[in-house]
Amino acid sequence: MPDSQTSTMAATHAHNPALLHHFATEEQQRDSANLGMWIFLATEVMFFGGLFCAYLIYRRLYFGDFAAASKSIDAALGGTNTAVLICSSLTVVLAIWAAQTARRTLLISMLVLTMLFGCVFLGIKAKEYKDKFDEHHVPGATFSFEHEQVPNAPEGVYANPRHAQIFFALYFIMTGLHALHMIVGLGIFSWLLWMSWKGRFTPEYHTPLEIGGLYWHFVDIVWIYLFPLLYLIDRHA
Amino acid sequence: MSDHTKSSPLKMYFSVWGALLLGTYLTYEAAKVDLGVFNAAVALAIATTKALLVALFFMHLKGASEKLLKLVVFSTIFFLMLLLALSMADYGTRTRL
Repeated sequence: MPDSQTSTMAATHAHNPALLHHFATEEQQRDSANLGMWIFLATEVMFFGGLFCAYLIYRRLYFGDFAAASKSIDAALGGTNTAVLICSSLTVVLAIWAAQTARRTLLISMLVLTMLFGCVFLGIKAKEYKDKFDEHHVPGATFSFEHEQVPNAPEGVYANPRHAQIFFALYFIMTGLHALHMIVGLGIFSWLLWMSWKGRFTPEYHTPLEIGGLYWHFVDIVWIYLFPLLYLIDRHA
Repeated sequence: MSDHTKSSPLKMYFSVWGALLLGTYLTYEAAKVDLGVFNAAVALAIATTKALLVALFFMHLKGASEKLLKLVVFSTIFFLMLLLALSMADYGTRTRL
């Protein structure tokens, strides 16, 4: 309780208990947290950027093989997952709006909905991975990609399995890393849900929601690029 | 931060959501049309538009007043472009072995 403080500082003003003592104002505290999160996201951009760079180099080198491998992935599932993530991003901003306008039930239901969308995404991802395992498209000893027609090439031009394997390696590393980020995101949102349930977030203080939201939106943006690059290389007949 | 605007941001949130879903549908349909070398360009242009919508409106970059934040965002994009452009300038100008 601010009023119980009898130090020399107490005379200034009664402040929000969430304001840490090394910040002058709530606004400064929020801006600092925001900036820290954006710096973290900058490192994440460079982290994924290296993988996107490797992808671009090999895609240019082995375009036909990449196109054939890309065509073997279910684009309808990938598209559905894109829509699911976009919906989850909407529920995140709605949750923050609910916290800003002190709507507790809406806040909690939006957080639950976000996590539900996250789980649907991971479920669809698991189905995709299972299909790839069944088709022996997972890089390794049992990998097989024989007699796969290269799209828009003369009949009988087949993809080089070794080059296709590079595509699948990138596919599994990039989508796997993205899925790992989703799982971490679900952990963060479980914590946010717990805090919201306890009534920790108010219109004045809901910085953790905003920061968790930034993370979730970033993971969404990564997928926005992964979807066309991995699933839709050369789909026209 | 744009939290203190009087008008409700809900209309904006739902419009952005609609635009993002439309963008997803357009990417999916555009991939089925033969545009030659422009297939990749169209896909990347739509993806970048979607990413910008998310960053500007959902991540509240639009209306962010802090200069330090802008510096971080612009340098992130700059260094990503540096990574991609210089790598592709190298690999893109090599003769096939």
